[in-house]
Amino acid sequence: MRSQKPAQRFIVASQAAVADSSLRGKIENATGRHLEQLALTRAAFAPFEAERDAARQIKHDAISRLDELLFELRTRLEKNGCKVFFAATAAQARQYVAGVARAAGVKRVVKGKSMTAEEVGLNAALEGVGAQVFETDLGEFIVQLRGEHPSHILTPAIHLSRQDVGALFHEKLGVPQSDDPQVLTAAARDHLRNVFLSADMGITGVNFAVAETGTLVVVENEGNGRLAHTMPPIYVALMGIEKVIPKLGDLSHFLEVLARTATGQKLTAYTSFISGPRRQDEADGPQEMHVVILDNGRGAMLADPVLREALYCIRCGACLNVCPVYRQIGGHAYASAYPGPIGAVVSPAIFGPPAAHLPFASTLCGACREVCPVRIDIPRLLLHLRWNATQAPEAREWPRPWRRVTRGIARFSRLARHPRLARLTGRILRTLCRPFARNGYLRRMPPPFSGWTRFRDFPTPGGRPHQPGSGPK
Amino acid sequence: MTEVRLFSTCLAEEFFPAVPEAVVRILEGLRLSVRPIRRAFCCGQAAFNEGLREQAIDLARRFVESCEPGTPIVIPSGSCASMVRVFYADLLRDEPALAERAAALRPWIYEFSQFLVGVLKVKYLGARYERAVAYHPSCHLLRELRVTNEPLDLLSAVSGIRLVALPRAEECCGFGGSFSVKFPHISAAILEDKCMQIEQSGADTVTAADCGCLMQIGGGLHRRKSRVETLHLAEILARR
Ligand code: SF4
Repeated sequence: MRSQKPAQRFIVASQAAVADSSLRGKIENATGRHLEQLALTRAAFAPFEAERDAARQIKHDAISRLDELLFELRTRLEKNGCKVFFAATAAQARQYVAGVARAAGVKRVVKGKSMTAEEVGLNAALEGVGAQVFETDLGEFIVQLRGEHPSHILTPAIHLSRQDVGALFHEKLGVPQSDDPQVLTAAARDHLRNVFLSADMGITGVNFAVAETGTLVVVENEGNGRLAHTMPPIYVALMGIEKVIPKLGDLSHFLEVLARTATGQKLTAYTSFISGPRRQDEADGPQEMHVVILDNGRGAMLADPVLREALYCIRCGACLNVCPVYRQIGGHAYASAYPGPIGAVVSPAIFGPPAAHLPFASTLCGACREVCPVRIDIPRLLLHLRWNATQAPEAREWPRPWRRVTRGIARFSRLARHPRLARLTGRILRTLCRPFARNGYLRRMPPPFSGWTRFRDFPTPGGRPHQPGSGPK
Repeated sequence: MTEVRLFSTCLAEEFFPAVPEAVVRILEGLRLSVRPIRRAFCCGQAAFNEGLREQAIDLARRFVESCEPGTPIVIPSGSCASMVRVFYADLLRDEPALAERAAALRPWIYEFSQFLVGVLKVKYLGARYERAVAYHPSCHLLRELRVTNEPLDLLSAVSGIRLVALPRAEECCGFGGSFSVKFPHISAAILEDKCMQIEQSGADTVTAADCGCLMQIGGGLHRRKSRVETLHLAEILARR
């Protein structure tokens, strides 16, 4: 298994996922519930479409003058007493945060939800300098207990049922077995309370960073994030460069669409505004605050006039929930911190060649674009990435069946330039296939179509598929 | 007599020849003279979606050179019509001369149901089809061309038909062109859900306006030994 290439691993993992009907059922339930809720909330809020346009426009503007805004943000944050570090790569971000932890002799780290931390692999780096990392977001806590990674950017444990979590808590935390969400949440709280009190470092992600004021905005539902950035003496905020927005006044447009799309709520339970470490006249808050601003491939996205639209993403997670592919295979098969449609777009830039095949794992149905609060044209970005990927050297190492398909389409397309020849070939094909046809369909086809007939029948060339039971009309 | 051009599409020519035949019958029945586009065979969608840009550009060139603006071009496939109407703009970004031609053609490109309802303003075609029919709105038709009610309007005007609601109709069937052969297991898992919805709807015929989806759904239903028949919208509208 270890020697498998990433593309092959994707095939194996997604095959296992679709064979797991209980996994498919759980994801189906959770995403289905989300979509129903989302439809209701949106219908009840008339200005929703206008707010989406406004949010998109602000992102468009912010991304087109990102340098300037980041400079402003940095200046403001430093004025507010933060230490700001620009990390060009994941390794730099890890080293910086681990360095801070080592220098301060940090033993216990509490983390609020951060996909960026997941992206750079922060936990392992902190553990490497002797710090113990505690995930405090319920979903992240659950996957950490299982020794797994999140399977969704918003709901990390979407691949698990209440019963799974009950059994896990029973086993790992020694609490009585239960599948009542309230009981389970209380059990996690109890477990984490002491951790919060004794932690020496808190880490969270950032939803928006306001350049004008140097304010970091963290949006969440559990309150654990707020504890993580107020209780421990050292606080580290980790954000991608694309999180910056120009003005405080811009924020409302995002808040109007984010919760509505992410969870179907009007607003999340907690919206924290963080503008620096504890001041002399303040009774609480961290003594030391670091802001790590991460590039890690985002600069390359920015430089690509088509791909830069991906930087508008506010990580609401809705595109995952509507995606027919994600709904069948879940998040783990993608082997990326960012699965699903937006994951297939940003992962190649962030993780490089090992993720280059992901843009192909889509039917291009467009449901993601319809749900996206900032209307990112994900299918267009996927197509753009496909052109890049076919040119790249790693495409030559992709699984043989894929290369056969690509070659087959290239050959067909060359033939199709000569319509007469193509039609003649078509007629020959019909004659050749006729003896094998049953009822207008073929049960087996040679490669590159063998994958098709493994699961369904293939219409006979030239034949009108005539089905049992249809009878003459 | 007003003239229209018909682009049959490669998929229909090779696998569903009854579809362009039905389209011709319907359009001729409306006193239009139908001139098929013979000098192009494929719009280039397969190559485009596979990331084979050059091959796709070659086919796009063939297509735009094979017809003229000023005469409506009818395409009985939501995704091929989207390819020409929507995606050519991206594909031909670096080919200004071709892009200009494609842009001039764009307003003349119509998916079949879009042309009937939107341009000809007809819904009743004198068709008779006495069965329970579920309509699958194909993704490109729905979300690229924004054609939502036209096929249903046409179907409701068919005598004897009983239209049944398809649960979660707007979900993809899992075809996705080369996706269906590169990731057959995922494609089939999506299709399984679609087939189940179709069977539960109580329909005995499922229809769509895209041969790709019909190939996928038809192949899935046939493998399941389902009694539900798969027909292109035009085939139902041509029944008497
Ligand atoms: S791409 Fe759009 S829908 Fe997907 S996570 Fe980002 S903001 Fe949400």
